Amino acid sequence: MNAIEVKHITKRYKDITALEDVSVTFQFGKIYGLLGRNGAGKSTLINIMANRIFADSGEILIDGAPARENMEIQGKLFCMSEADLYDRDLKVSEHFQWTNRFHDHFDRDKAFAMAQKFGLNVKKPFKALSKGYQSIFKLIVALSLNVPYVVFDEPVLGLDANHRELFYNLLLKEFEGGERTLILATHLIEEVANIIEEVVVIDEGKILLQENVETLLDKGYSVSGLAQEVDEYCQGKHVIGCDGLGNLKVAYVLGEKSALPAKSNLQLAAMNLQKLFVKLTEKGGHENA
Amino acid sequence: MLYFARKLVSYLTNKPANKGAQFLYVNPNLDKPIFLQIAEQLEDSIFTGVFPEETQIPSTNEISALLSINPHTVLKGMNMLVDEEIIYKKRGLGMFVKEGAVEKIRQKRQSQFYEQYIATLVGEAVKLKMTKEEIIMLIERGYEHERH
Repeated sequence: MNAIEVKHITKRYKDITALEDVSVTFQFGKIYGLLGRNGAGKSTLINIMANRIFADSGEILIDGAPARENMEIQGKLFCMSEADLYDRDLKVSEHFQWTNRFHDHFDRDKAFAMAQKFGLNVKKPFKALSKGYQSIFKLIVALSLNVPYVVFDEPVLGLDANHRELFYNLLLKEFEGGERTLILATHLIEEVANIIEEVVVIDEGKILLQENVETLLDKGYSVSGLAQEVDEYCQGKHVIGCDGLGNLKVAYVLGEKSALPAKSNLQLAAMNLQKLFVKLTEKGGHENA
Repeated sequence: MLYFARKLVSYLTNKPANKGAQFLYVNPNLDKPIFLQIAEQLEDSIFTGVFPEETQIPSTNEISALLSINPHTVLKGMNMLVDEEIIYKKRGLGMFVKEGAVEKIRQKRQSQFYEQYIATLVGEAVKLKMTKEEIIMLIERGYEHERH
């Protein structure tokens, strides 16, 4: 199977369970959004996939072969990490040279071309780059590697709006209509909502849902109107959250829409991915308790 | 509008010889699914002659990168137009506007005219307690305006 298969991964730090029995599949040829709140376990999962830390139990298969301590298999995967793992004194151009030596599939010309597009000065040492340009440097490395699986952990951290747009633009160009798998771990949901095909929501170390974005958006909707009418309409439905203002109420529902009762003033509206995410993860009791 | 202009500039600077894709934009805040928006806008561009019959339209990947939309979503929109026989695929070349596409779109829109405009118009008029004569007068005023 051409995919990254995460199977029953559990990871504990002393008395904290970072990931609990996490199973998820990232199929080849799709763009995934790995969404989760701060501390949900996104980075832990990525670090386990990249062989940087080890799970307490469970396994990860890449194209059917175990990924743990398997250098050949790990070569198919590149994880752009949020943490800076680069030598801070080396210049950007030197970093490109070294990456070229370490990775068989690094396209150095592409990297330099992208640096120019982003206005990244390749003569500067890593430590002299601004926060935004450090992110850009890491993005360029990830985008220039011709490997089947690329993971971006908080890719647009510190990037201004123009650079973010340029990044998404280049990302979709590199995707080449499905010749690789891209995983975007982020909490900037609105920005990636139209880019990703599948969404994986992780909350408090568990997978909350994995679904096609369009299917999910099809299912989620909001119903608003007088509180009493809303409550009546929502009976027997899967309500994931509510907002209220005086006598008015908005309920957020997952599932089939049923016909509005005659003569009611209820309004149905679609929900966007961000709203859905917020309502789904709010239930975990972070706030609104 | 600003969004539109920015997209246009970035697209033009990346690719000077573009095929008119600046007419496309999507609004993620609409209730309408993105693939439908793309299908409708492509259709509109074909109808207004931005993409004449038997010419190529931008590829899925071009539109995808331009609008930052997943290529599958774009493809879904394109396939709707393929099913309606408005565009067709030339193997190894890309998507082209079919001969007779404009007429086909015109017929489709004419047949949807009642549902989309007249039914809504009458419904609203009844709610506002406006008479049939008043509505007809307004329609005539509209035609008058169009002439100038």
